[in-house]
Amino acid sequence: MNEQPTTPPAPATVRSAADVTVGETLPSVTIHVDRARLVQYAGASLDRNRIHWDEPFAKQVGLPDVIAHGMFTMGSAVTLVTEWVGDAGRVVEYGTRFTKPVVVPYDGGADIEVSGVVKALEPDTKRVTIELTAKAAGEKVLGRALAVAVLD
Amino acid sequence: MPVNAEFQGREYPPTEPYRVGAAKIREFAEAVGSSDPVHVDAEVARARGYADVIAPPTFAVIIAQQCDGQLIRDPEAGIDFSRVVHGEQRFVHHRPLTAGDAIIGTLHVDTVREAGGHAMVTTRTELATEAGEPVCTATSTIVIRGGE
Repeated sequence: MNEQPTTPPAPATVRSAADVTVGETLPSVTIHVDRARLVQYAGASLDRNRIHWDEPFAKQVGLPDVIAHGMFTMGSAVTLVTEWVGDAGRVVEYGTRFTKPVVVPYDGGADIEVSGVVKALEPDTKRVTIELTAKAAGEKVLGRALAVAVLD
Repeated sequence: MPVNAEFQGREYPPTEPYRVGAAKIREFAEAVGSSDPVHVDAEVARARGYADVIAPPTFAVIIAQQCDGQLIRDPEAGIDFSRVVHGEQRFVHHRPLTAGDAIIGTLHVDTVREAGGHAMVTTRTELATEAGEPVCTATSTIVIRGGE
């Protein structure tokens, strides 16, 4: 144990490849998104496209309402993987298609349900491939969402 | 105006360095709801072997989209930004983006194609340090919706 008098940072508790089996599911999460969150993401990401916060503009360009940034959905969905792995720095590949927009009404916002399953594991390199499923309003919003992480 | 197919294969000059800041990493991590302390606590990051706090896996999009802007803002490219939706995104990380990095992006226009009345443009941004160390490859496909 660490002898420092001050509280030391917890060491990374990265999941061990030996404890993982192909087909295993990750704990699911529901991500709530509302207009305030989209403005927050717009500022953080510098993607200020009006379709993500300006309802009249979104409708004028043919969308049903304000839609979430695809990158918000992608970025928040991968937290399922980083928390399960134990270190956000272990994700070495991550890709997805954006199959449906997440429509975010002014009243009530939207919920994105994210689940994940272990699709592959390479014992030699300890690289694990997770397939993520993200649904909003009952429809898949990400397609072929695959994250690769290096385990211990 | 249709998207200019002659842009396929084009490579842009390397950008000025983007300086990765700890405050921006924290802001981005909070916006995507990543609670890993490695984004905000330098001691945690160093205990895990990183030089400083590291960015979440999709943070690189900030730099990549700035690079994409070179293409999107080019009037000769014929891209109407109000009709752009994001079709696909992929990152390959050679190592995590870390506070203190000065990152140079080189934009490549890999494909320009038409399908179903829409145009699709795939770009690839190679992100590297000023010293030339590769950090991340970000690939993006945007769809420019055909229109009325």
